[in-house]
Amino acid sequence: MTVIGAAPATGRRGTPRVRGRRRWTFDRISLFVVFLVLPFLGYLALVIYPFLQAAYYSLTSWSGFTATQDFIGLDNYTRLLGDDTFLKAVGNSLTLLVVVPLLTLVLSFALACLVTFGGSSTGGVRGLRGSSFYRVVSFFPYIVPAIATGIIFAAVYDPSAGLLNGILTSLGFGSAENYPWLGDASTAMAATVAVIVWTFVGFYTVLFVAAIKGIPAELFEAARLDGAGRLRTAVSIAAPSMSGAVRSAYIYLGIFALDAFVFLSVLNPGGGPQNSTLVITQQIYSTAFRQGRFGLACAMGVLLAIITFVFVGIVFAVGKIAGREKKAEVLR
Amino acid sequence: MTLTTTPTARPAGAPAPAHGLPAGERAVGAASHTILSLWTLVIAVPLLWTVMSSFKTSREIFASPFSLPQTWRWQNYADAWTTAGIGKYFLNSVVVVACALVITMLTAAMSAYVLSRFDFPGRSLIRNLILAGLTFPIFLAVVPLFFVLQQVGLLNTLPGLIMAYSAYAYPFTVFFLLSFFEELPAEIAEAASIDGASEWRTFFQVMLPMARPGMASVAILNLVGLWNQYLLPVVLNTVPDKFVLTQGLASFSSQAGYNVNFGALFAAAVMTILPVLIVYVIFQRRLQGSVAAGSLK
Repeated sequence: MTVIGAAPATGRRGTPRVRGRRRWTFDRISLFVVFLVLPFLGYLALVIYPFLQAAYYSLTSWSGFTATQDFIGLDNYTRLLGDDTFLKAVGNSLTLLVVVPLLTLVLSFALACLVTFGGSSTGGVRGLRGSSFYRVVSFFPYIVPAIATGIIFAAVYDPSAGLLNGILTSLGFGSAENYPWLGDASTAMAATVAVIVWTFVGFYTVLFVAAIKGIPAELFEAARLDGAGRLRTAVSIAAPSMSGAVRSAYIYLGIFALDAFVFLSVLNPGGGPQNSTLVITQQIYSTAFRQGRFGLACAMGVLLAIITFVFVGIVFAVGKIAGREKKAEVLR
Repeated sequence: MTLTTTPTARPAGAPAPAHGLPAGERAVGAASHTILSLWTLVIAVPLLWTVMSSFKTSREIFASPFSLPQTWRWQNYADAWTTAGIGKYFLNSVVVVACALVITMLTAAMSAYVLSRFDFPGRSLIRNLILAGLTFPIFLAVVPLFFVLQQVGLLNTLPGLIMAYSAYAYPFTVFFLLSFFEELPAEIAEAASIDGASEWRTFFQVMLPMARPGMASVAILNLVGLWNQYLLPVVLNTVPDKFVLTQGLASFSSQAGYNVNFGALFAAAVMTILPVLIVYVIFQRRLQGSVAAGSLK
């Protein structure tokens, strides 16, 4: 989304745009006020202002119910850096940040390739027959309310009455009987990641299918005439041409993975066995609204925002370096 | 799992151009269909299992995950709707989402139009501030937002919730629509104003109708997003009477503990999903189309 928005700002100077050609009539002023100024003020008040306030509150020891907010400088931050539970939550959030986008994108890229090149490779590049059926079904989890997904999977993972252990035991995996997927520290995080990946794969499959179809057909024809097989085509032609789509997808998934509040708080409300699925957003929520330590919670929020920006910056930097290398390769 | 099967397909795919349908081709097709079918099962089975479980008694649910219900207990749905309050929450959700959707679409379309058609000082600052709202974690804002709404007396009210929903859907919607308005020919707006139409009329009678495809796509995305919204109501709307559906479902599942009616819980989950399923079935082409369009930008 960042990418989409950033581009027009620089490249649109050429289009004809109204600029001071007519007087500021009442008609035009009222249009500006009602169309842009009022909605934008509402947005400033409810979205931008709270962000700024949060940054200020993070420097106070405010509990939310006192009239004055005692300024305590960076005390909240130093306290957080020595707080093992919070650091554990940061670690878990970072794990999600790395694992969720990676698994989702690899899986959805593979499925998108199957849908687009899985069919006959003679004649033009054609999709697989019936591929729209697969797309319609696999996209659906994306629009299911996350809270419902969480409740469904909490039941699927249930040790005794759950669907997963039922299937595993009937397939002959006796050790799966009564195994608590969400209740064991070694599997709770993996089980949670699986649910998030389940939700997003279909969405990104649709996105990648569209991106692959946007690649000029001649490229695929040429590759095939040169004797490239499907795997080679996928790795050497499809993947590099989609770096823009992959980058936006990575950023979007990463921002989501840093939140992930709904899934985690339904699957393991208390943070999981030995806090193995506790993440920053859950800590913010309980610190603010259960313990009433709003200053401290805002400091956590600021750290979360910093992590988000660093992450977005890294993805852009990596994209730039990769792009430069690709160019160098072509020149060679 | 995909990557392990594709290499076996490679030798078959490469040396056989233009010879009808060789055996290798069919093997690749079959393998692709198998993998995609398996994935479809992974998606569909948990959902269908939920529907089946929603007709069972708690005892049947705990007896075996596979057994069909002895009788199809529609009673679970009635229990969830009335006893667990899902009906009330459903109505709250409909009111909040409908109002927020109308407000978001109207204000965002108007702002996007002004931002795309006029050049004025501060325009890029406004654009960047709207962009910032997309990247900042909402979690950073919810704590102060709680007090902002408290100060104006809108905490724990549906109007307050509607305002918050609209404000947080605004940046995404403006950005989505900006690209649509920028692609509309500016000459048409010029022509309308030369013909004497006011700026207001130009927008409502000429430009807005032309942006209809974009409006429809983003409206569907917003409808789903607002229906599924969970964090904002959980923080800003803590009076059980005013819960929206996602909240009500969450509290039903957590207060449940051990003596909950699990059949009714599954029924409540099904009823939460049903509206988005209907929207999806009707609009899936447009929804997938707008996702695809986004990837090409």
